[in-house]
Amino acid sequence: MGHNHKHSEPLSDTALRAKTLESLLVEKGLVDPATLDALVDRYENKVGPRNGAAVIARAWCDPDYKARLLADASAAIAELGYSGAQGEELLAKENSDSIHNVVVCTLCSCYPWPVLGLPPVWYKSAPYRSRVVREPRKVLQEFGTDIASDVEVRVWDSTAETRYLVIPQRPKGTEGMSEDALADLVSRDSMIGVTRALDVSDAGAR
Amino acid sequence: MDGVHDMGGMHGMGPVEMENENDPKFHADWEKRVFAINNAIGPTKLRNIDESRHARERMKPSEYMSSSYYQIWLDGLVRILTEKGVISEGEMNGTLSAQPVTVSHKPLLPPEAVDIVMSKGATYTRDKGKTATFKVGETVRGRNIHPAGHTRLPRYARGKVGEIMEDYGLHVFADASAHGSESSQHLYNVRFSSVELWGDDGTDGDFIYIDLWDDHLEALS
Repeated sequence: MGHNHKHSEPLSDTALRAKTLESLLVEKGLVDPATLDALVDRYENKVGPRNGAAVIARAWCDPDYKARLLADASAAIAELGYSGAQGEELLAKENSDSIHNVVVCTLCSCYPWPVLGLPPVWYKSAPYRSRVVREPRKVLQEFGTDIASDVEVRVWDSTAETRYLVIPQRPKGTEGMSEDALADLVSRDSMIGVTRALDVSDAGAR
Repeated sequence: MDGVHDMGGMHGMGPVEMENENDPKFHADWEKRVFAINNAIGPTKLRNIDESRHARERMKPSEYMSSSYYQIWLDGLVRILTEKGVISEGEMNGTLSAQPVTVSHKPLLPPEAVDIVMSKGATYTRDKGKTATFKVGETVRGRNIHPAGHTRLPRYARGKVGEIMEDYGLHVFADASAHGSESSQHLYNVRFSSVELWGDDGTDGDFIYIDLWDDHLEALS
């Protein structure tokens, strides 16, 4: 964890233990292997940050939608068909010229699944969890995000069942772009708040 | 509990290692299975989300710090299911064959219900509970408590003064729910200044917002 552990340790005890637990729970009639496959498929292929990107692009294009998103994010996000576990009480926080929001869970790994899917390893890692509440500007700088000294940084620590989604600023020079094209500029990291939305020229780099 | 999981503000953890958005969501097959088991067990109501978090944070500190997050989930799952009498050490190490489940539980999650159940989620708000002690706009202090059990009041906010920004209404109190009672009470969003939390090492004008329950806070006297 201290070193993020992007790559799993040797197949080892962990894989064996996971297999033992699964077999045991299947044998006890508490878990169906086909259910496990369906859960993996859902969060590997269906629920991910493209959901959140569609929400943000809609908010950029439709001021009424943005107002609803800011007033009751769970309801506004459900309008686009996204809802559920780890996103029952969603709140959207809007970045502006004077405010930059960034989200963390210092105690575990709370993350808004319906709009962002499962968190990246770094979000759950000790470096991010320990540092972003104390030195957010430095952490953001490591993500390539410089925050001017006259911009207020707001860090949201997800300590309850409330989940936070950052509305990044709409990049300059995107007037007239379609909602779909705008969604391509909304990266996962910009909705956590560690980066800004992509510039038009960077869209392929997500 | 004052464990290593409560990391806000700690030093020495090193730089954040970034990942691209298109990198694989899981880094090994066993991670997929652990993720899925953890979610599939939910509807059986054998344990609640707070018991599950508390089980994870009780992993041996040296192991917690050197494990990946899904290893922590696996450890927590085995711990809580063992404590609940659902599985045993003997069954896990193969010295005992699988025994029938004797604790009461809801039916297993069938594959066709996955999308419905996961899209619905759970409800943590309640209609009844403790009357709100605080109002939006009030200045409060994070209590100086050090419970051996589960708490969602991070160490870095204890004894610190903040302002109530929002009252989210009555919610199941995670600290109690991890130990068998809901003790529903108001959940607030509380704003702390960076300088209040970190002194001269903070940044003037920056703020940290934390969701805290009524019992986490005290009035300034």
